[in-house]
Amino acid sequence: MLEDKDRIFKNLYNDFGVDILSSQKRGDWLNVKEICSKGREWIINEIKSSELRGRGGAGFPTGLKWSFAPKEIGSRPHYLVINADESEPGTCKDRDILRFEPHKLIEGCLITSYAVNAHKCYIYIRGEYFNEGEKLQKAIDEAYEKKLIGKNASDTGWDLDIYIHYGAGAYICGEETALLESLEGKKGLPRLKPPFPALIGLYGCPTIINNVETIAVVPTILRRGAKWFASIGKPKNTGTKIFCISGNVNNPCNVEEEMGVPLKDLIEQHAGGVIGGWENLKAVIPGGSSMPLLPKEICNTIKMDFDSLVEQKSGLGTAGIIVINKDQDIIKCMARIARFYKHESCGQCTPCREGSGWMWRMLERMTKGEASREEVDMLMDVTKQIEGHTICAFGEGSAWPVQGLLRHFKKEVIKRNNFNPMVNRNKNIPYLIDQHLLEKENA
Amino acid sequence: MSIKKIAEDQPDSFEFSSANVDAAKKIISNYPEDKQQSAVMALLYIAQRQNNNWIPLAAMKYIAKYLNMPYIKVYEVATFYSMYNLAPVGKYYYQVCTTTPCMLRGAYKLVDLCKSKISEKENELSKNGNCSWVEVECLGACANAPMIQINNDYYEDLDREKLEKIIDQTLKGETPKAGSYRGRTNSEPEHDRKTLMEPKNA
Repeated sequence: MLEDKDRIFKNLYNDFGVDILSSQKRGDWLNVKEICSKGREWIINEIKSSELRGRGGAGFPTGLKWSFAPKEIGSRPHYLVINADESEPGTCKDRDILRFEPHKLIEGCLITSYAVNAHKCYIYIRGEYFNEGEKLQKAIDEAYEKKLIGKNASDTGWDLDIYIHYGAGAYICGEETALLESLEGKKGLPRLKPPFPALIGLYGCPTIINNVETIAVVPTILRRGAKWFASIGKPKNTGTKIFCISGNVNNPCNVEEEMGVPLKDLIEQHAGGVIGGWENLKAVIPGGSSMPLLPKEICNTIKMDFDSLVEQKSGLGTAGIIVINKDQDIIKCMARIARFYKHESCGQCTPCREGSGWMWRMLERMTKGEASREEVDMLMDVTKQIEGHTICAFGEGSAWPVQGLLRHFKKEVIKRNNFNPMVNRNKNIPYLIDQHLLEKENA
Repeated sequence: MSIKKIAEDQPDSFEFSSANVDAAKKIISNYPEDKQQSAVMALLYIAQRQNNNWIPLAAMKYIAKYLNMPYIKVYEVATFYSMYNLAPVGKYYYQVCTTTPCMLRGAYKLVDLCKSKISEKENELSKNGNCSWVEVECLGACANAPMIQINNDYYEDLDREKLEKIIDQTLKGETPKAGSYRGRTNSEPEHDRKTLMEPKNA
């Protein structure tokens, strides 16, 4: 288990208070000037060697992303956009950072803006997090008052303004290009990539987009050194991560742990175990609803990091762990997730718009046992038609959970949906006019 | 994308109050000079707040003029995002999260309760006009499931009895206390916490 001294988010449960003085006591805003004076190259290289990977789901190396931004400001200004549109079912980590550790985020914004040459930073918060947004705004006001941001922020010679932009309940706006569209005051329809936002992003200007957690850990990494961060976890999957454990556990909670922590330890030690005991575990969705579920056999030994989960054809995603025990109907759970995707599809690409509804309706029937045997394979086929045929990753996000269900629980689905609509070939039904057709191959 | 019903009874005109004109100006100044269209989402929120939590068509036209953009673009935005109400809602607007993490912990029992105590159908006002409810997708408080949102506040760790009390209070016009209803601190483990013990014991 990670030791308390190595935890980055010391105020995760709000034991200390949120205001700037308490934050400074915890070490925030300690030596921003010193860090920035080491230069952009140093900051980006330090983040690169810490092997920090984005915490928003895709796990893209953060230092590499920053290095895509043009080195000098050209004719167009640069922007930093923070993605706080946390809507992935099972994920509630950014909310706690916004309300209890806002100064870590603001400090991270300053350092990142300096590293990528941005004078303006927009924080895109989902509309439902109104109270969290108010708390963040209060923290931003405090930082302005203390001249930590604004003109000549923290005496670094860099000007930075931070603005909050509220979303309005669209899951798709968590996709980075849809988020930019939304910031520009349009519908949140994802853009085609390339061009990537690092070169052509917000208002057509170079834009770096990062998740809240990614930015909030940056100041601590730079302060304690990339070596320290890289020493936690395992190579390519370094550092700490906030895990959100929800569903059928005794004590659902958020907890910061090292990457690569065994899933069983997380559930048993921090979340008080599965309701009804470990033997009562049915499946776990390891990284927010978009990631394929894992059955109990895999959960026994799986370690929670990007690469280990990819080996099991799943993913760490946002590390929102949804635990499902044997008292639940697994098909119903996945049907509800399919309904979520049907509701949230932006409607831009046909395979996703039509396919997500199709999957949901089939799964609803499968829950009741009203589907035929052939339809189980047809459902798999539908998921394959969506995956990889859409502009953004929403297609994968909606198809993968269904694929996970069919990969691990196909027997259960077929057992419930064993109805065969075809007339059996060997039955001789004299009054059936099309009897001769049954002889043929494709009957 | 959400299905939206636009109210049949629409007011003829809409204008920001003077306080809201100032608020709108401040928001527009957050964005680069000729990019005032970015403020459309925030302005729709202001209109919604000013007009009892729903946006009439007149307000969309007003905002379109205000930001110098086509009316249809404002209409597109207002209908795309699910948090803009285009028809009147209750003074206490219940949003019940029923996505899988909440469902696993009994969110549909809360839906049944809303049906019996507030109104049979979603988006219908309760008999005394104080409350209305709607089923929504994940509200991002999964470790505190099941939960609901009333206006801006989150009500967490609920069950049937607790929600019953909340509904009774709002029907009478009182605003219940927000937060966890099992007395836990935020999203910490309820029993047997093992991390960040120093401050806890101090």
